Amino acid sequence: MALLEVNGITKVFGGLVAVEKVEFKVNQGEIVSIIGPNGAGKTTIFNMLTGVYKVNDGTIVFDGKEIHNKQPREIVKAGIARTFQNIRLFPTMRVIENVLVGEHINVHYRFWDLLFKTKKYREEEKKAAQRAIDLLESLDLGGEIDNYAKNLPYGMQRKLEIARAIATNARLLILDEPAAGMNPQESAELKEFILKLRDMGQTILLIEHDMSVVMDISDRIYVIDHGRKIAEGLPKEIAVNQQVITAYLGSGGVKKDDDTEKENS
Amino acid sequence: MKKLTAMWEQTTDFLLAKKKILIPVVYILLASVPFLGLSQYFIRVLCLIGIYAILTMSLNLIAGYMGQTSMGHAALYCLGGYFSALLGSKLGWPFWITMLFGIAGGALGGLILGLSTMRLSGSYLAVITLAFAEVVEMVVLNWNSVTNGPLGVRNIPRPSIFGWELTTSNGGFYWLMLVLVTIAILVSICVVNSKFGRAVRAIKEDELAAKLMGVHTASYKVQTIVLSGAMAGMAGAFYASMNRYIDANSFNFDISMTILCIVIFGGLGSIPGMIVGSALLIAFPEVLRSLSDYRFVVYGLLLIFMMRFRPQGLLGGLSKKPYKLPAGVSRPKGQSEAERGKQVG
Repeated sequence: MALLEVNGITKVFGGLVAVEKVEFKVNQGEIVSIIGPNGAGKTTIFNMLTGVYKVNDGTIVFDGKEIHNKQPREIVKAGIARTFQNIRLFPTMRVIENVLVGEHINVHYRFWDLLFKTKKYREEEKKAAQRAIDLLESLDLGGEIDNYAKNLPYGMQRKLEIARAIATNARLLILDEPAAGMNPQESAELKEFILKLRDMGQTILLIEHDMSVVMDISDRIYVIDHGRKIAEGLPKEIAVNQQVITAYLGSGGVKKDDDTEKENS
Repeated sequence: MKKLTAMWEQTTDFLLAKKKILIPVVYILLASVPFLGLSQYFIRVLCLIGIYAILTMSLNLIAGYMGQTSMGHAALYCLGGYFSALLGSKLGWPFWITMLFGIAGGALGGLILGLSTMRLSGSYLAVITLAFAEVVEMVVLNWNSVTNGPLGVRNIPRPSIFGWELTTSNGGFYWLMLVLVTIAILVSICVVNSKFGRAVRAIKEDELAAKLMGVHTASYKVQTIVLSGAMAGMAGAFYASMNRYIDANSFNFDISMTILCIVIFGGLGSIPGMIVGSALLIAFPEVLRSLSDYRFVVYGLLLIFMMRFRPQGLLGGLSKKPYKLPAGVSRPKGQSEAERGKQVG
């Protein structure tokens, strides 16, 4: 069974149908991408997956449990964590503190414990800090733990955001346009980084505009346009899919073939 | 001006670095003050400084760490004062018990305020806190049968330990103040250096991101305000017993504003800043008594200067020292000695 199954989710804002009956699946250990032109509804899908928005219709099943319309924190506990299109770190907190906030749900002690610095508090804090350091080191951020998040260069901030998401013990990472605003060299590094995460055992769901990133690292791709899924398949299939090309470039320059038009509509 | 602020930073960094030696010395010096034979007036001002230190540390939890503005903090102070004072003067309960009820009263006020504002933030929250303070003041002023209305509560009992009654003149209140301030400091430090503190600071930095990291933001907001209320209630109980008389005017809007001013002046999110800020801004009008009414002009100018040249407050701003890891956690191997000593910022 797939790790994540999205069945016919629909989101309506007033009279606008932002997402209509979208379905997709993510299997354990895969990198799956969702692409589509601006305003296609990709981020809306992510917001429904992470509990920021409620779905109007359809179900989201993660690891055999329905998670749609739950509170964001319940979804994080279930094992889904995300990053944001425009980086949303905690800017004036330190790098290690950002990761420690990610670990929040895995640090267990009560108010009483912190007030009297009980053994439980000391052990949990120690464990959390060690985990954070190990994680940051494994992602090559070990030298920056004392720094403030806002002082990091852009590429590192992206990495830190991903580290913070991993710290929640997520089994599915949802990355919202991680390559946005990156130059070709940075996005090449990011590609390596995402593949490394996959090799570390992470399952990744990606929204991305940068085709060089999407085509090179995705196991499968779903294409969304105007809130609907218009195509799915392997990267090489998507690259030559007529409807996808139309959605991205318009149909003006492309010779129309009546038969394919009918088939797909 | 830049030189001056740089000098100030160097001095404070130096003092904070030597805190292991400084703190015991300062405590011994402070504890011996009542033996110096100072006037009662002087001791009273010192006690007031202590009260404001507690109040500002209490507001600092909300404003400094959680990033929300409370313009009605005197309401929580007031609840603590009235709970303690009424139980003491009407039922004759001893101070130590009424103080616990004062703390509970402040916390209860915090709970009501917190539950009614947990989905609000920014200026909306500020306005609600202002309204809450007005409501509390009006209730206190008009609920004659319980609070004595505008006449206030008189003959509030003093605390006593094994028959020794604490007063301002024998230094008892002063020592009690030191103990309570210490409790407030320790609670603040413990809370800040925990998952609680990190969650609260994350809410300040980015509430949505905090929520999506699994932080129960609404619950933490309420808990913080309750804790803050408990601390303010403690200050209220102490004040009522020291002053022996309170009325609604002891906890009016001016008090709320003074607390907020000191928090900003001392430096949002800095515990030493709250103490230094209270010491300066409470002592200031007393020192300048000779200037009579003009002293508030000077006071205002001081605040304006501060905002212009040091907007982060006396001791606010980001620490440049390396992050303090829990004992037993090793620093990353990748981090060289040079990097470890390097100042961040």
